[in-house]
Amino acid sequence: MILEFIAVNFPYLVSVSLLLVGLYAMIVRRNLIKKIMGLNILSTSVFLYLISVAYKEGGAPPIRVSEVEVYVNPLPHALVLTGIVVALALTSFALVLTIKIYKEYGTLDSDKLMDL
Amino acid sequence: MMTTVVIQTIARVVVPFLQLFGLYIIVHGPVSPGGGFQGGVIVGASMILLALSYDLSSAETKVSHKVRIAMDSTGALLFAGMGLLCLLVGGVFLEYGIIPLPMAPAEVRGLMILLVGVAIGIHIMALAASLFLHLAEEHDT
Amino acid sequence: MIRAKHVVPLIVLLGIGVILTMAVIDMPAFGDPASPAHRHVAPRYIAMAYEETGVPNMVTAVLADYRGYDTLGELTVIFAAGAAVLSLLVGRKLKEES
Repeated sequence: MILEFIAVNFPYLVSVSLLLVGLYAMIVRRNLIKKIMGLNILSTSVFLYLISVAYKEGGAPPIRVSEVEVYVNPLPHALVLTGIVVALALTSFALVLTIKIYKEYGTLDSDKLMDL
Repeated sequence: MMTTVVIQTIARVVVPFLQLFGLYIIVHGPVSPGGGFQGGVIVGASMILLALSYDLSSAETKVSHKVRIAMDSTGALLFAGMGLLCLLVGGVFLEYGIIPLPMAPAEVRGLMILLVGVAIGIHIMALAASLFLHLAEEHDT
Repeated sequence: MIRAKHVVPLIVLLGIGVILTMAVIDMPAFGDPASPAHRHVAPRYIAMAYEETGVPNMVTAVLADYRGYDTLGELTVIFAAGAAVLSLLVGRKLKEES
């Protein structure tokens, strides 16, 4: 029963565990770079979730071929493409701010930065 | 930064093919997996490979800062301009079918989708290279 | 080597994990063609994208045509991010040179 549930919903469960890993890294790690890595893992989990929602049993990739009738849902694919690029922009901006913080204070430890 | 003759030679051979592959992905976006974002990132990654295997200044001389900013702005303006073009000929924003070309509306839309892909590709390839080169430059100084 | 201050985050994460797993149990099964996500807008894109745009790749058609406004906004976001990065990193350098 449980094994069957895990086998059927495997991508969703992987997405949940990636989200937990990303959140853990963001909460517990004190290094700002590792927090940004956690943020990236978290956003990857959301992308994986959306792509899993798009999947349809027996569906072909959403590129029209004359003899195929069932295609997977193209809409989440387009949205995730958008999301990945926004995550890239977010990461780059966060890294720049981290560089600025390091140059200003000489540390990346978030606890020490809170004390300043 | 650690780099050897082997790395430099392989990078020199691979980079043109990488850029050609990226352009192929951009132009074939409407008919096969791919599109502006993916191809643009591949072309940008070729510049990153160049910067990693040689040094930052060699990548900087290939595509200078001013050229990258120009490409960046060109891509965004091209896309917005295509939307405004539809306004000019009497449609709504980004309604490609209304543009009066001697083709069926469906073909006009297909052509505009290709052009949007190229615009996005130009934008992303400049931006991906720019982000890496500036972040790495900051590390060097 | 779980330290004491890691206990509270771990408990919170465990709670979130349990809630999300319960949500997965309630969701339609993975790959179910009748799930709500596949019933509303997507069938029209799948049926009409080729006739309306002449582009076989539906993802590109949705991205550049049906949801072009979305993509333009996203391009603006990444353009703004690029401009912010350049202004933070390059602007200071130009000021120092002059």
